[in-house]
Amino acid sequence: MALLQLSEPGQSAAPHEHRLAVGIDLGTTNSLVATVRSGMAVVLSDELGRSLLPSVVRYAAAGSVEVGYSAEAHQSSDPKNTIASVKRFMGRGLTDIAHSESLPYDFIETAGMIKLKTAQGVKSPVEVSADILRALKERAEAALGGVLTGAVITVPAYFDDAQRQATKDAARLAGISVLRLLNEPTAAAIAYGLDNAAEGVYAVYDLGGGTFDISILKLSKGVFQVLSTGGDSALGGDDFDHRVFCWVIEQAQLSPVSPGDARLLQMRAREAKEYLTQHGEAPINAKLSTGEFVDLKLTTEIFAEISRTLVQKTLGPTKKALRDAGLTPEDIKGVVMVGGATRMPQIQHAVEAFFGKEPLNNLNPDKVVALGAATQANLLAGNRAADDDWLLLDVIPLSLGIETMGGLVEKIIPRNSTIPVARAQEFTTFKDGQTALALQVVQGERELVSDCRSLARFELRGIPPMVAGAARIRVTFQVDADGLLSVAAREQTTGHEAHIEVKPSYGLSDDEITSMLKDGYNHASDDAFRRALREAQVEAQRLVEAVQSALKDDDHLLSILERAHIDSCLTKLQTVLIGDDRRAIDAAMDALSKGTAEFAARRMNQGVRRALAGRKIDEMNL
Amino acid sequence: MTSFDQETLRQDFFSLFGLQRQQGLDVGQLELLYRDIQSKVHPDKHAHLADSDKRLAMQWATHVNEAYQTLKDPLQRARYLLQLGGHDVRMETNTAMPMEFLVEQMELREAVAEAKAAGDADPLDVLHRRLKKDIRAEYTALQQALDANALERAGELVRQLMFQEKLIHEVDDALEVIER
Repeated sequence: MALLQLSEPGQSAAPHEHRLAVGIDLGTTNSLVATVRSGMAVVLSDELGRSLLPSVVRYAAAGSVEVGYSAEAHQSSDPKNTIASVKRFMGRGLTDIAHSESLPYDFIETAGMIKLKTAQGVKSPVEVSADILRALKERAEAALGGVLTGAVITVPAYFDDAQRQATKDAARLAGISVLRLLNEPTAAAIAYGLDNAAEGVYAVYDLGGGTFDISILKLSKGVFQVLSTGGDSALGGDDFDHRVFCWVIEQAQLSPVSPGDARLLQMRAREAKEYLTQHGEAPINAKLSTGEFVDLKLTTEIFAEISRTLVQKTLGPTKKALRDAGLTPEDIKGVVMVGGATRMPQIQHAVEAFFGKEPLNNLNPDKVVALGAATQANLLAGNRAADDDWLLLDVIPLSLGIETMGGLVEKIIPRNSTIPVARAQEFTTFKDGQTALALQVVQGERELVSDCRSLARFELRGIPPMVAGAARIRVTFQVDADGLLSVAAREQTTGHEAHIEVKPSYGLSDDEITSMLKDGYNHASDDAFRRALREAQVEAQRLVEAVQSALKDDDHLLSILERAHIDSCLTKLQTVLIGDDRRAIDAAMDALSKGTAEFAARRMNQGVRRALAGRKIDEMNL
Repeated sequence: MTSFDQETLRQDFFSLFGLQRQQGLDVGQLELLYRDIQSKVHPDKHAHLADSDKRLAMQWATHVNEAYQTLKDPLQRARYLLQLGGHDVRMETNTAMPMEFLVEQMELREAVAEAKAAGDADPLDVLHRRLKKDIRAEYTALQQALDANALERAGELVRQLMFQEKLIHEVDDALEVIER
């Protein structure tokens, strides 16, 4: 049933102007989708009223793809094909994955991002994540009764470029337009900050199923500024489960255990962990496929002891983040707890002991990230009123560097730089007539390339052939607001832009994605084509409205001829929009975009001048 | 080239914020100006617009971030002023540092390493306080030199401060290791 969209008082009530945008928390254990309705952020539930979607996908031999609770139910009966915690595999190679031996999946040893062999063929973690995202998109469109304009998808703040790109690729496969990749602690800070009208310096301690993030933010008059961020992208609730699992194996003296039984015991371990949050003792009972019975009791004390080092592991990045921000625990006004794993008593105690104050638990740790993301999605989609908004200033978590002589790293962009950020570096050729140049980009803080994480190899082609050393190639490294790196290169003496070929170290190539997209179309029905057309029409309509609005306000910046040109591009788009030629719509959108580029530049200049003038007036009035 | 490229790249960072081109700067005021401009140009404000708007927003926001980071830190601000004045402070090529200063820096570095190895925080605390005082005095002298347009003298002070800031960071790191 489509729900009525009520707009905020004071905002336009025209229904087509409210853009359907959602926030998606793509979690290791559970995923959620949320949206802003009548000015309030709400999590969307499934037909049974459940807000969490277990991040589990089953590729059954019979050919069906199940996502969520129904997939989860098959974890121990069909362990190889029921993929859980796929987030831990995004942008990762096999050697990155801890305890891969105790996982039941059929990993394929390949260079770059791992792949999994399932009953439905080889799957990339990107494809598995896309299936989860698709399920969330369907949930949202069913609940909201329309096509999504876009989504804000959250990622751990400590995710590197490969992990982020993999997430964006998954969204692309799922047919979701990504408005922004948002860091999870920042999303939580938005939800918390807006909810409590908070001001001051806060820490967000985010322990999820598979990742740990610590972010230090300054909240002040509608500006959320990340001062520093740190974490461990391979530390989470799953690891606590694993400790209990190992304890069970040891106590019950079991070995070896079949994949199905391993999965069963891991599930029991997780249940026991969760049970201990409210009770002093948790029973662990299981009947294995061998007929053996496991009957143990896990106490709070034992659990605290076997997981002590994991809790300690969160404090290292926490201290570093504080140091990077130039602050001490006393400077922190409050610690916001995010992620189901923060419910564990030993985590609550450790955080209280470290910061010297009780952690803030007033927001639901499972939902807070999705709610924050929805709030931002609403803003980015252009729904909120102009004076009713806030600014997010986030940072990159890891330094970016390039490989130089002798396997050393030259840092180009330091960690905790506010994004978007760019740096330029000049290179030259060392052979006569050299037309190509290769750069290896790494992420990390160490001095040796071998100690850092390889991001990608960038091949610059089409350099005009010159005498060795004569070429002056200016390479610009740009990190955008999603935290993703792009590289541009220009030979200065000729002004020639080099063609860049990106070879990601742990990511999908453009060809792989294109072929995955094609596969999707081949298996889809006519519905898919109609849907793609509808999405193009929605995007085109958005663009038309944006341009019309800009012309209404700032027409004075254009000459009569320039205005006429824009009008004709606009009319063209409005005409093809009502047709069904998707390519024509794309072409008309492109033309309008190009036709308004100069107009956009002038409006931006005007905006900046006005902002400065406004500040001067404020000062005079003080 | 759009008007972003032409106009913006011609301006220096000071005029971007409408500030006087000088070393003396109210960081609080800079912060407010920074936020005002970022609120207008940040990609988040243009996420639902055309690709050309988004690209432009990213260029602007990146530029504003660079300007802010440069002007916020007094040492970077001074280097930038020298650069604008045509006086490039190149650490690698300009070795005109007083020998006694270099020798003293080396000795202090060794003292820090020893104290760190011995786990002795006291001499580090003393050194930290002394360095902070020296650095403060030098920033005052630096501002005076820049205001008087004595660029050679300002360049010397900038090079010295670079050494000293690095040293005080090492002291901080050493203290942090000992206190852990």
